[in-house]
Amino acid sequence: MVVFDKPKSLTDAQLHYCPGCTHGIIHRLVAEAIDTLGIEGKAIGVAPVGCAVMAYNYFACDMVEAAHGRAPAVATGIKRSLPENIVFTYQGDGDLASIGMAETVHAATRNENITVIFVNNAIYGMTGGQMAPTSLPGQVTQTSPYGRDVKTAGYPVKIAELLSALDGPEFIARVAVNNVKNVKQAKKTIQKAFENQINGKGFSLVEVISSCPTNWGMTPDAALKWIDDNMIPYYPLGVFKDKSAKEEG
Amino acid sequence: MENKVLMKGNEAIAEAAIRAGCRHYFGYPITPQTELAAYMAKRMPKINGTFLQAESEIAAINMVYGVAGTGKRVMTSSSSPGISLKQEGISYIAGSDLPCLIVNVQRGGPGLGGIQPSQSDYFQATKGGGHGDYHLIVLAPSSVQEMADLTALGFDLADKYRMPAMLLADGTIGQMMEPVVLAEEKEISKVNKPWAVTGTEMKREHNIINSLYLAPDELEQKNFERYEKYKVVEENEARYESFMMEDAEYCVVAFGIAARVSKNAVVAARKQGIKVGLIRPITLWPFPKKAIADAASKVKGFLSVELSTGQMIEDIKLAENCKVPVELCCRVGGMIMSPDEVLGSIKKLMGGAK
Amino acid sequence: MTTEILIAGFGGQGILFAGKFLANKGLLEGRNLSWLPSYGPEMRGGTANCSVVLSDDPIGSPIVTNPDVLIVMNLPSLDKYENAVKTGGTIFVDSTLIKRKVNRTDVNVCYIPATALAQQNDMPTLANMIMIGKVIGECQVVKMDGMEDAVNKIVSARHAALKEINLKALKIGNDYKE
Repeated sequence: MVVFDKPKSLTDAQLHYCPGCTHGIIHRLVAEAIDTLGIEGKAIGVAPVGCAVMAYNYFACDMVEAAHGRAPAVATGIKRSLPENIVFTYQGDGDLASIGMAETVHAATRNENITVIFVNNAIYGMTGGQMAPTSLPGQVTQTSPYGRDVKTAGYPVKIAELLSALDGPEFIARVAVNNVKNVKQAKKTIQKAFENQINGKGFSLVEVISSCPTNWGMTPDAALKWIDDNMIPYYPLGVFKDKSAKEEG
Repeated sequence: MENKVLMKGNEAIAEAAIRAGCRHYFGYPITPQTELAAYMAKRMPKINGTFLQAESEIAAINMVYGVAGTGKRVMTSSSSPGISLKQEGISYIAGSDLPCLIVNVQRGGPGLGGIQPSQSDYFQATKGGGHGDYHLIVLAPSSVQEMADLTALGFDLADKYRMPAMLLADGTIGQMMEPVVLAEEKEISKVNKPWAVTGTEMKREHNIINSLYLAPDELEQKNFERYEKYKVVEENEARYESFMMEDAEYCVVAFGIAARVSKNAVVAARKQGIKVGLIRPITLWPFPKKAIADAASKVKGFLSVELSTGQMIEDIKLAENCKVPVELCCRVGGMIMSPDEVLGSIKKLMGGAK
Repeated sequence: MTTEILIAGFGGQGILFAGKFLANKGLLEGRNLSWLPSYGPEMRGGTANCSVVLSDDPIGSPIVTNPDVLIVMNLPSLDKYENAVKTGGTIFVDSTLIKRKVNRTDVNVCYIPATALAQQNDMPTLANMIMIGKVIGECQVVKMDGMEDAVNKIVSARHAALKEINLKALKIGNDYKE
C-alpha cells in the first residue's frame, strides 16, 4: 500500500505560496531527494530573496537566509568551511539570473561542490510581478506593460545554456514541473544533482521551469499549459552538461 | 631579546589572524591592502585553510557570512571603495548576529578617490555603514604591533559578543614595516556556538541564520536586544592610550597614523613648555567617551587630529559635552599632516581658548 | 638618539631594498625603527622613496618630512627633497646620475659615483648598496659590524651568491674616498 506522506525533511510549517504555485512541488522534490539519500542531518540549505525567502522555515535541515543573489557565495563559504556537509541553494530567476549573476557564474566556473535549485517562472513574484531576466519576449508584466520589447529590455537569459558553456560546472540540466511526466523527470534530476555533491563531483544546477498563476494572471491550469506552449519552446528541457557522463561515455 | 620580526602591517594582520585560528579568508584585490591577500594565498593552502579570491567584494563578504554561520573564524580585507561594496553583507552579518573580522586599510575618497592613506571611513565604520541599526566593534591600530594584536582581539571580541569586528587601519600602517612580536599560535577558539549551522545530525532542531523578521514587533524586539548587548560592549570594551595627560592643559585626540604624527607634535610642544597631552582611541566603537569626558573637566581645549574633514570630532564633542572648545586639524585625500602642522594647531587652539 | 633617513630615486634602483637593509640592521641592533615605502603607480618606473627612522626611543611618526640623512639617486629627488633636509644634516648624491651640485651650504654633502662604481665592479644593480655603504661609513646610522647578518636577513637563502656581492658593494661604498 502506498501512503502519501510529507517528506521528513520538510517541517510542519504551512507554506505561504499562492494557490497553484509550483514552489510547493519543487520544495517537495528537494526534500524527497534529501530523504532518499539520507542526508538531512548533514544538509545546510541557503534560501534566497524572492518568493522562497522563507524556505528556511520549510526545510527541516539547518538553513541560512542569504542576501538577494548572494546564495552561491554564501554556499561557497559554508561548503569551504564544512566540506563534508551537503550544501544547497534554492533560488529564483531574479535572484540567480539578475542580481546574483556574478555569484552564479563564478560558483559554477569554480565548480564549487554545491547543488543549486534554480526556479525559473519568468517573473518577479514576491514584489508583485515585474519583468524578470527570464521573462519571455512580448511577455506582459508590471514593468513591461506593453510586453517585453527585446529592443529595449534585451532578451531572456538562458541560464542552463549559458552555464554549460563554462568548463567548470559538473552538471547543468533543465526540467519542468507542469505535468506528472515532467515532475518525475525533475525528481530524478534533482536527486542526481545531490548525488553529484555526495560523490564530490562539483557544481550541479537544475533549472526548474515553474509557474506563477498569480502574476501571470491565469488559473493554475492555464499556467501549466502556458509552460508547455510558451516556456518550454523557449527553454528546452534536458541535460545540457554532464561531465562525468561524458567521461564515462 | 624578544622574538621580534620585521613585517609590513598588512602581513602582520594576516599572520596574526592565522595564529588566532582563522582558517578562512576571502578577498578581492585592491590597493593598499594587497599584501594581506598575497600572504593568505601563500599560507592558507599549507595549513589546510581556505584562501579564495572572490569575483567581487560583494561575493567575498557573503562567503564570510557563510563561514561565520558555521561558527568558524573568518575574515575579509579591503580598502575603502571595496568596503563600501561589502556594506550589504556586513549589515546582514550584523543582523544575523554573526562574528567575523573585516579589515579596512583606508585610502582617500569619495568615489575611486586615491590610493594614499586616509581616515575618512570613520563615519562608515563607527555609525553602522550599511542599512539598519547596528554597530561593529571598530579597532584602530597605530603600529604594526597593534595590527597584529588588535587582529587577535578583534576575533576574540567578535566571538564574545557575537557581532562583527572591523580593523580600521590606513595605507601607512598597512605598508610600513616595524618590528613586531607575534603571539604564539592559539588553539582554535573553543567558544561554544550552539547557534551555528553545522548539520542537525538529526540530534537537534534545525538552526537558522537569518536577519528577516517580517513581524515588526519581533524585529523591534531583536533590535532592542542587540542594543542591550551594545550597551554592555560600550561599558566594557572601550580602549585608549593616554600620553602625557597627567598635567595636560590641552588634549590632542587622534588615532592610527594621525596619532603617531600627533605624538611627535606633543613631544615638540612639551619641549617648548606647552602642557599638552594625547588621548589615542584604540577602539573607535565603542568610543572612549569616559576618557574624553574626564579630560574635559581638566583641560582648556581639545584638538581632533584626523585624516578626514572632521568625523571623529563629532564623537569628541558628544563626549566632552560642550565644556571646552574642540578644534580640528586635518589633511585629506591621501595627504598627511606634519608634526609642525599639528603643533601649529595646538598653538592656535591655545590662542583661541582663553 | 633618532635618525630620520629618506632614500629616493627611480623605481628599479633598489630604493626600498636599501631601506630594508638599514631597517634589518637596526632590528639586529635592537633599536626601534620604522620603514615606510611610497606605494602605488610611482613604484612602477616613476620616483620611489622610502622613509627609515632609527631610534633609541619609541618612534612617533614613521613619515620622514625633514630628514637627517637624504640619499638621492636621481635629479628629480634632489630637486624635490634638498630643501627638506635638516640644517646640519647630510645629503648623499649619486654623482653618476646627478650632474648638479647641492645648493645648500648648511648641510654636509657626499658625492659618490655609485652607479659608475657599480658598473666598474660588475654589479650594475647594486649602486644602492654602494650608497648605503658610504652612508654607514660617514654617518654611523647603524654599526659597521654585523653587516653579514643584516644581508642574510634580506637576501633569501636561494640566492646565496647575492650575499657576497651585496657585502662587496657595501664595502666599495664604505671605502670610497672623494
